[in-house]
Amino acid sequence: MESIDVSMDINEIIKPENLVYKKSSLFEEKPFSYCPGCGHGTIQRTLMEVVEEMGITEDVVGVAPVGCSVTMYEFLDIDMLQAPHGRAAAAATGLKRVLPDKYVFSYQGDGDFAAIGTGESIHTCNRGENILVIFVNNGIYGMTGGQMAPTSLINMKTSTTPYGRKQEQMGSPLKITELIAQLPGTYYVSRHAVHTPAGVRKLKKAIIKSFELQKENKGLCFIEVVSNCNSGWKMTPVKSNQWMEENMFPFYPLGDIKVDGKLVK
Amino acid sequence: MGEIKLMKGNEAIAEAAIRVGCDAYFGYPITPQSEVMEYLAAEKPEERTGMVLLQAESEIGAINMIFGAASAGKKVMTSSSSPGISLMQECISYIAGAELPCVIVNVVRGGPGLGTIQPSQADYFQSVKGGGHGDYRLLVLAPDSVQEMSDHVKLGFDLAFKYRNPVMIQSDGVIGQMMEKVEFFDPIPRSTEIQPWATLGRKGMRKKNVITSLDLDPYQNEMHNHFLQEKYRKMEMDEVRFEEYNCEGKLDYLIVAYGCSARVSKKVIEYAKNEKGLNIGLLRPITLFPFPKLQIEKLSKNVKAILSVEMSAGQMIEDIKLTVGKGVRVEHYGRYGGVVHNPEDVWNGFKEIFLNE
Ligand SMILES: Cc1ncc(C[n+]2csc(CCOP(=O)(O)OP(=O)(O)O)c2C)c(N)n1
Ligand code: SF4
Ligand SMILES: [Mg+2]
Repeated sequence: MESIDVSMDINEIIKPENLVYKKSSLFEEKPFSYCPGCGHGTIQRTLMEVVEEMGITEDVVGVAPVGCSVTMYEFLDIDMLQAPHGRAAAAATGLKRVLPDKYVFSYQGDGDFAAIGTGESIHTCNRGENILVIFVNNGIYGMTGGQMAPTSLINMKTSTTPYGRKQEQMGSPLKITELIAQLPGTYYVSRHAVHTPAGVRKLKKAIIKSFELQKENKGLCFIEVVSNCNSGWKMTPVKSNQWMEENMFPFYPLGDIKVDGKLVK
Repeated sequence: MGEIKLMKGNEAIAEAAIRVGCDAYFGYPITPQSEVMEYLAAEKPEERTGMVLLQAESEIGAINMIFGAASAGKKVMTSSSSPGISLMQECISYIAGAELPCVIVNVVRGGPGLGTIQPSQADYFQSVKGGGHGDYRLLVLAPDSVQEMSDHVKLGFDLAFKYRNPVMIQSDGVIGQMMEKVEFFDPIPRSTEIQPWATLGRKGMRKKNVITSLDLDPYQNEMHNHFLQEKYRKMEMDEVRFEEYNCEGKLDYLIVAYGCSARVSKKVIEYAKNEKGLNIGLLRPITLFPFPKLQIEKLSKNVKAILSVEMSAGQMIEDIKLTVGKGVRVEHYGRYGGVVHNPEDVWNGFKEIFLNE
């Protein structure tokens, strides 16, 4: 990264030619409902940057889940609907089927996509609906106060597994992304994280790629973002990102899982 | 005159959906209404009108596809039978809360549980009283013939868009499975009209459209509920539909019955006249919500008693009792659990209840 010239005074910093980053105009002037340090805001910011830069605002419709992002339509200045818990992929299917020329995405948490909505999720992927699914895996139910999610790691402490998730009782963390990557209907499957600028840039590229593929009717594009839930994990934001790197990434390794309809590796 | 065909009630629903310019049908098979999707599939609606047809992975999938497609302001329809409708109820509540138009057909079968695939009317409660969570209403139509199966699809979409509200067509296995002559309305091209509230992509300077049933602020949510209740009151003022049969002149008794039970009751009226010289009128609600309260109240004034005939253990009778108050005797007759009462059953029941025979 370039070093920042700290000798600049405020008037110089705000000059347009010195602008290094600007909030997407597709963001409303409203405070986020997310906890400070949470990945949800960064992911949605990145998504809106892509929509704005691709110039597709008029053709994008999103489906919000039930979870911490339930009110994401408050912050994003695009047309959206808010689906019942777990059913965003089915709602996106209905929408896309009657609006085949629009860009449709669903944005879903791990509880939403991989627990209560598993049936709709798998069948939407299997039909190869031409939509983008953004799947935010924070290994926990953020919204309801930090209960176990299907993705919670073994021995992970949550409010419903206060002594840690035990494999014998609760099974293993569900790698739903690897699972849906097996289905012929998915065309592009990739796993990301947004705790570093480089990670954000990669996510941005993946979203652009997904929308481009959607235009070509290639099938379902699926982006998992392994994210933090500093509140649910009961950590500071910085600590949560460290914990994520040390514990989540080994089990949910970042990178492409399926490209051009073919499994990587 | 429109085109006349001989077909099953379920097929008439499907044919009417294509003719009314329905944009999409999403469904999941269940007896006794699987013919709806089968007929649609055989007709290749994507070629006839461009209508989308998709078999979902479950009724939950189907109704949520409806939710998504209805958000785009399209004419969308699903059909199912009792257990499947139970499964849809969460999303139906969302659709009502988010004020989206759609038509949902319930070809009712006997319950509870998996029950039986035979006809029933025991879903009155889940159709009329909300079914899902929260204070909401569906407009509920009750066809009594294959003709009305077709007519109500058209009427259903008109009402759904007029009120931005889901419409339930509550039929039963008898009407769904029987064959009758039906005169179809002329096909209507699929609409190109853009609903100003639809999520089609935010164009230019237009404010974003958001389809949601969420209002975290209870006071705002209460306002939204006030608004919904106002809408339901308007339906009660303007959309009551019913048929009066043999209601002229001096009546001894009144039968209130809808759908297949109304047809059976017409025969009972004949028996009563011939055997006992009794004059029985029939009030057939065509809309179960809004319920024809005023008409029932008016007719109740001059009869000895009212019999509610329904293939249930007695569901609609609650609304009749609320309507007429304590002064009028109201009784229920109905075979249930999937047994269809014939006119003799009802006539014997009538005599037992009112004539102590
Ligand atoms: C039918 C239904 N069951 C349960 C809930 C309660 N609920 C709301 S959000 C949620 C979990 C969300 O977790 P996740 O999808 O992982 O999203 P996150 O908040 O972690 O981003 C649950 C169980 C609900 N709203 N609806
Ligand atoms: S509870 Fe967790 S997922 Fe929800 S906003 Fe807070 S940090 Fe983010
Ligand atoms: Mg989560």
